[in-house]
Amino acid sequence: MLLAENLTVSLARREILRGVSLCCLPGTLTAIVGPNGSGKTTLLRALTGDLPYGGSASLNGHEIRDTPAPQLAARRGVLAQSTQLAFPFTVLEVVRLGLVNGGDETRARQALAEVGLAGFAGQLVQDLSGGEQARVQLARVLAQIWEPVSPAGPRWLFLDEPVAALDIGQQLAVMRLARRFADAGGGVVAVMHDLNLSAMFADRVALIHGGRLLAHGRAAEVLTDRHLETAYCCALRVNTVPMGNCPWLVPQAVAG
Amino acid sequence: MVALANPALSQGDRSSRALLVFRLLLVLVVTVSLLSLGTGAAGVPLWQVAQDLTGEGLSARDRVILMDIRLPRLAMGLAVGAALAVSGALMQGLFRNPLADPGIVGVGAGAGLGAVTAIVLGGLLPAGLSTLVGLHLVPFAAFLGGWAATLLLYRIATRGGQTSVATLLLAGIALGAMAGALTGVLVYLADDTQLRNLTFWGMGSVAGASWSKIGVGLPLILPVLLLSPLLARALNALSLGEAQASHLGVEVQRVKRIAVLAVAAAAGAAVAMAGGIGFIGIVVPHLLRLATGPDHRWLLPNAALLGGVLLVGADMIARTIVAPAELPIGIVTALIGAPVFLWILLQRRGFGGL
Ligand SMILES: Nc1ncnc2c1ncn2[C@@H]1O[C@H](COP(=O)(O)OP(=O)(O)OP(=O)(O)O)[C@@H](O)[C@H]1O
Ligand SMILES: [Mg+2]
Repeated sequence: MLLAENLTVSLARREILRGVSLCCLPGTLTAIVGPNGSGKTTLLRALTGDLPYGGSASLNGHEIRDTPAPQLAARRGVLAQSTQLAFPFTVLEVVRLGLVNGGDETRARQALAEVGLAGFAGQLVQDLSGGEQARVQLARVLAQIWEPVSPAGPRWLFLDEPVAALDIGQQLAVMRLARRFADAGGGVVAVMHDLNLSAMFADRVALIHGGRLLAHGRAAEVLTDRHLETAYCCALRVNTVPMGNCPWLVPQAVAG
Repeated sequence: MVALANPALSQGDRSSRALLVFRLLLVLVVTVSLLSLGTGAAGVPLWQVAQDLTGEGLSARDRVILMDIRLPRLAMGLAVGAALAVSGALMQGLFRNPLADPGIVGVGAGAGLGAVTAIVLGGLLPAGLSTLVGLHLVPFAAFLGGWAATLLLYRIATRGGQTSVATLLLAGIALGAMAGALTGVLVYLADDTQLRNLTFWGMGSVAGASWSKIGVGLPLILPVLLLSPLLARALNALSLGEAQASHLGVEVQRVKRIAVLAVAAAAGAAVAMAGGIGFIGIVVPHLLRLATGPDHRWLLPNAALLGGVLLVGADMIARTIVAPAELPIGIVTALIGAPVFLWILLQRRGFGGL
């Protein structure tokens, strides 16, 4: 279980996150949504152990700030919002860097196949397109937490805007991948901008606004006209997709 | 071998190539060593070298030339070359930047300041202490100077794990200038004997090689050469970024502290033994990355070998090209290395800013 209680983060003497309490269960996919600058990345970085925080946050019962990096690496993988490679590694070499919890080259190649890059192993990462590079990093994270459940407990996948650079086909492929990870017993926490994808794939949606948790629950409860108007300051109409009973947002026309 | 036979399996994996290069470099080290032992003003030819090393015996004069002049010079060349190349590769991994080199960014100058301080002010130490540290004082002071410079540089040029090359190079110039100025002040204070020591030391040369010099430099260099491969995985992960490395379980702060110490120890010892020899630390890792990729598990050992080969080779050029006189080796390495440095710089310019 991922449990945050009264989480507070200050950066450069400014309080960025205030009193966020959140509970995510293994086997579920949680989408963190909210406007630019609302604190989504900051929340994710606190939960992954990158930032000092006030309050408490625990992963599988262990306080995150007290857990050494190697132990954290055994329990969770993190896809950062962007990754800049310093040297000309090949795709395979980068994915192999993820093999810190066992596994051999076969696993690295399987992870590449999962993100649809099986034929790219020998290419230099710097020669790939932006979306392809993003998927290489995802494959590296997958190679790290290959089994969603380890003998020591469920593993966690933290994703910061995993579909931001991807075309619609790849967006769906990556979201399905995250879904499968959750269905197999792992936990997924994904920062998302696409509310419709979030509604389609997430079990729970957490809406952040101005460093606070505005709403947290099932998509239909969180993605309401009132919440969205408060958070995004723009008019959105929430419809319902007939199949699956899932909210579907349509921006109101600008004209008029 | 199976992996080599099946291109689909070996695709993207350059370790078999790196292993090949490693073996090739071992052969090269032996070849260059033999050549170097057979080259010199006093003309002991190669076949006699072989004879002597197998114990067949030479004239007393030739034996002295071989055992007390050429052999220490060779050993020092290999050690200094390896130290320079490995400290370059480590520093580039630490700064996440292929242009970081102890010689260029002022760490060499810092080490030089340390060494000169020790030579000029070493006499002020209490007599008991100075006999205790003895010959080790100069290399250790160089190590301290290099360490201070590396730490300072890292503080200045790195923000949140990102190093700006512009800041790095500019801060390096400033640090180098400052260390140079302080060195100048010390030289001004030096007496005649110290001055002689200083010129002898500052030539940027392995000509002054002796077993005792090697004896005081190796305790700093050898641990770095042998232990740096332990940092390889962490440095590989660091290539993804500091946060990413920590996500993969690397204790980033600890690794950075160790890497800074290792850079300073190797670069400091090299400077203390042979003065300022530039560009080995940038050329060697760059060539190896082109040939076999940036994986530090191979880069570090291969850099040690290629660094030694290049330095001994440059030394051979330095002592034959204007024979019977000798060119300072620093001139030869700069002639080869500076264009390579510019080449890397121009290549990176294409990638949109430094
Ligand atoms: N290192 C930092 N120092 C100071 N302020 C920061 C720092 N990082 C983020 N902030 C501030 O914290 C706020 C939240 O940033 P955060 O990156 O969490 O936003 P976000 O919700 O992820 O936005 P986006 O959708 O644009 O990615 C912003 O106002 C930002 O300016
Ligand atoms: Mg963000």
